[in-house]
Amino acid sequence: MAILTKEEAKKIIDKVLAFSKADEMSVGLNGDRTGNIRYARNSVSTSGESTNLALSVTAVFGKRSGTATINEFDDASLEKTVRRAEEIAKLAPENPEYVPILGPQTYTETNSYIEKTAAINPDFRAKAAFDSIDPCVKKNLTAAGYLEDTTGFFAIGNSKGLFAYNKSTSVDFSITVRTADGQGSGYAIQDYNDVTKLSTKKSTEVAMQKAMASSAAKALEPGKYTVILEPAASIELLQNMMRSMDARNADEGRSFLSKKGGGIRLGEKLFDERVNIYSDPTNIEIPKAGFSGDGRPQEKVSWIENGVVKNLTYSRFWAEKKGVKAVPPPQGFIMLGGTQSLADLIKGTEKGILVTRFWYIRAVDPQTLLYTGLTRDGTFYIEKGQIKYPIKNFRFNESPVIMLNNLEAMGAPVRVNGSLIPPLKIRDFTFSSLSDAV
Amino acid sequence: MKRRDFVHLSGLGLGAMMLPNFPVSGRPVSAEALLESGVDVAVKKRLADAALNAAKAKGATYTDVRIGRYLNQFVVTREDKVQNIVNTESYGVGVRVIANGCWGFAAIVDAKSEADTARAAEEAVAIAKANAKLMKEPVILAPQKGYGEVSWKAPIQKNAFEVPIKEKVDLLLGVNDAALKNGANYVNSVLFMVNEQKYFASSDGSYIDQDIHRIWPIFAVTAIDPKSGKFETRQTLSAPVGMGYEYLQTNPKDKITGITTRYNKGYDMLEDVIAASKQAKEKLTAKSVEAGKYDLVLDPSHLWLTIHESVGHPLELDRVLGYEANFAGTSFATLDKWQSKNFNYGSKEVTLFADKTQVGSLGAVGWDDEGVKTKRWDLVKDGTLVNYQAIRDQAHIIGEKESHGCCYADSWSSVQFQRMANVSLAAGKTPLSVAEMIKDVKKGIYIIGDGSFSIDQQRYNFQFGGQLYYEIKDGEIVGMLKDVAYQSNTQEFWNSCVKICDERDYRLGGSFFDGKGQPMQSSAVSHGSSTARFNGVNVINTARKV
Repeated sequence: MAILTKEEAKKIIDKVLAFSKADEMSVGLNGDRTGNIRYARNSVSTSGESTNLALSVTAVFGKRSGTATINEFDDASLEKTVRRAEEIAKLAPENPEYVPILGPQTYTETNSYIEKTAAINPDFRAKAAFDSIDPCVKKNLTAAGYLEDTTGFFAIGNSKGLFAYNKSTSVDFSITVRTADGQGSGYAIQDYNDVTKLSTKKSTEVAMQKAMASSAAKALEPGKYTVILEPAASIELLQNMMRSMDARNADEGRSFLSKKGGGIRLGEKLFDERVNIYSDPTNIEIPKAGFSGDGRPQEKVSWIENGVVKNLTYSRFWAEKKGVKAVPPPQGFIMLGGTQSLADLIKGTEKGILVTRFWYIRAVDPQTLLYTGLTRDGTFYIEKGQIKYPIKNFRFNESPVIMLNNLEAMGAPVRVNGSLIPPLKIRDFTFSSLSDAV
Repeated sequence: MKRRDFVHLSGLGLGAMMLPNFPVSGRPVSAEALLESGVDVAVKKRLADAALNAAKAKGATYTDVRIGRYLNQFVVTREDKVQNIVNTESYGVGVRVIANGCWGFAAIVDAKSEADTARAAEEAVAIAKANAKLMKEPVILAPQKGYGEVSWKAPIQKNAFEVPIKEKVDLLLGVNDAALKNGANYVNSVLFMVNEQKYFASSDGSYIDQDIHRIWPIFAVTAIDPKSGKFETRQTLSAPVGMGYEYLQTNPKDKITGITTRYNKGYDMLEDVIAASKQAKEKLTAKSVEAGKYDLVLDPSHLWLTIHESVGHPLELDRVLGYEANFAGTSFATLDKWQSKNFNYGSKEVTLFADKTQVGSLGAVGWDDEGVKTKRWDLVKDGTLVNYQAIRDQAHIIGEKESHGCCYADSWSSVQFQRMANVSLAAGKTPLSVAEMIKDVKKGIYIIGDGSFSIDQQRYNFQFGGQLYYEIKDGEIVGMLKDVAYQSNTQEFWNSCVKICDERDYRLGGSFFDGKGQPMQSSAVSHGSSTARFNGVNVINTARKV
């Protein structure tokens, strides 16, 4: 069985720790069962299911550490793995940045496991794919999609008495629908902990509608436009920005958060005052584990408040050096929005462009967080509160920092890629060239 | 690859450096374990035969078995510190079958016995039969003769795993020290080494044993100007190669001198980092480019990535057909364009070829992952689109009698599918050096090294940056530029190619991490070219204020 209970996991971890002769020892135990189904050209191309259960042991002598792993759990195998980690540690070079392991911690209770998701089987996946392919076939459209579900647990323990356990489920679905002549393309995604919220049929209907509506696109001149970014469009730019909030890079002078003349921009107002981003592992829409991989508690943290940078992420080494709290990077985040729906935002737009998603986003300049990428699978021109016609895809060159200063309006947040993101209306978004891609 | 198999080396302060976030599959082992011999070839044959027989008994009409041992070693450092040393090993068996006209695949970790491999084969047949119910058309497989018991070894001189860790650590810390002494404020360096030990057996009668080695030395230096709050980076001009540790033992003939030294079959990491540190500092005060049209002179250390994105990907037949529509995308190079026999992909100067045999390249193997002997073939000949990259179950779609031999799986646990061969730009036939090429350019930019890259899902519109940009005025290099990126359209770009330097300048670039498929698989691929000139390309200025 790949999914161990808290008690079963603790028993194995305690047994491993009892074999330790090292100064310090940490143990990680994780297991999962994951399944997927992939289809293209209205036909299933691959499907599979796999399970995994693995133990990882890190032994430390002074500032030298070594890791060994095993997927057998008899006493002899466990002891052998401990000895192996110890041997590797003794041969390793010293890590001057090594920070001793944490003692016991208090964690917030979270619930990221849903029984119904854990019960997904091949029949469910085949039905989910059928519900997506069938309506496309009936409308002479072409579906390509992917569904992946995972049920897993993760437990950590160490020789100072720390122990943490989390069990979680997830299901991710994406669908691209194209018209038979290849002139229209639409896209939709969904991800949940709870599979009962998933409807591959509904997502597919959105993608079908976008595919049909995006045929015969007109070309607009590149330039600065007011855009409405659906959450599936803005998520990657926002994730990239959140991942760049590392304190060490800022302190070292190589971040958008580094200050001219030295120092960091913590506490500065860098964004429109309506921008509020925080993380909270207990949020019921995007529940996460109450701890990070190195045992630090994951707590509710405000990252940007009323446009002001409130917190940066720290490694334990860098936090100790700076004498501050070692706040770990969050798993997913929440951007506060408004109450308007996407349709309301469109209605309130005199002239603008609706973007379904962005594609092939790459960093251009880490100094300004300038990124480039393209619109894809449904880009539309809005005039006087209505979608007028589909337009050809654009390449953009834009920074999320500039984008969040040019904020016009926000809708109600929805879950995308494990975060909660509102649709964003942004002025002066920079499109630099046209693409013929559909 | 599956997420759970990754030993992520992120969070090592590589973020701002724009170094790749390396995914490595397998479990951590000691450095010594990388030198232990794997399962004996006679045992592998027995394990494979058990699977072949079991599949046949269950009704498979075709079966292939891949027994793979995949070894990786990373040495990761920054400034005067070793951040991580990771050795990983992954061993198992994957069995692919055709039953009831449909593919089925199953894999088993640590398969040691004939019962194990037979069980995987039976599972694969059961999956094929289940999937056959949803199938629209049965698989049509191009015929392939069996080769009997054969083997292929990458022609390396020194197995990188035999070099003691200490020597590698000393090399990287020496590189870092040189960077700090020459103007860099920060430096990250990594040595990444791979050995794939692959055994393939099929019901066609092939038993193929192959030994593949790769190495990639990388660094990134950062120079900071605290007064202005600006920073600039310069990354390595090395290439990942299908070689052993000899890649790091340079020979003067492997160096291409000029405005900065570039490297061919041997890489001088110390020399490059010294140049990089000075250049990163120079970039801080370099002139910001004026946007507009320029003639671009592109070094092979840069052009490989443009070839990869704008030629390699659009000419993958599975993308053309729509199998990647939900992820990597489709292709502008549709079948009708190829069928017309006159689709003008590039200028007459441009011949682009696929090749799985180039010595020292990342894609070089004797046979691909479905037992097809590798070869070279043209994709674009004198500017015209002439072919795609296709594997056994696709060959019939383009009227070919045999596969091109470009099937690959990144692990024993992943199912093999069509992957990009080494796709390269043929060298110019008329003698031409880089200096001679630059002499004729009135208003141009000379770009060295790969940087930011982005292209649309059908491979029309792209934008590329680099590591070093030099302004050319009236045939002379007049100074360094920064904030440069160029944008173009694939067909327009390759038609603007007016000159290509000759064979003397031909070099390979490449990546370990070409991603495709869901779940995603990684593939290593090289791209060769000589320096080439493209006229009137649109250059933008990327400077912003935040």
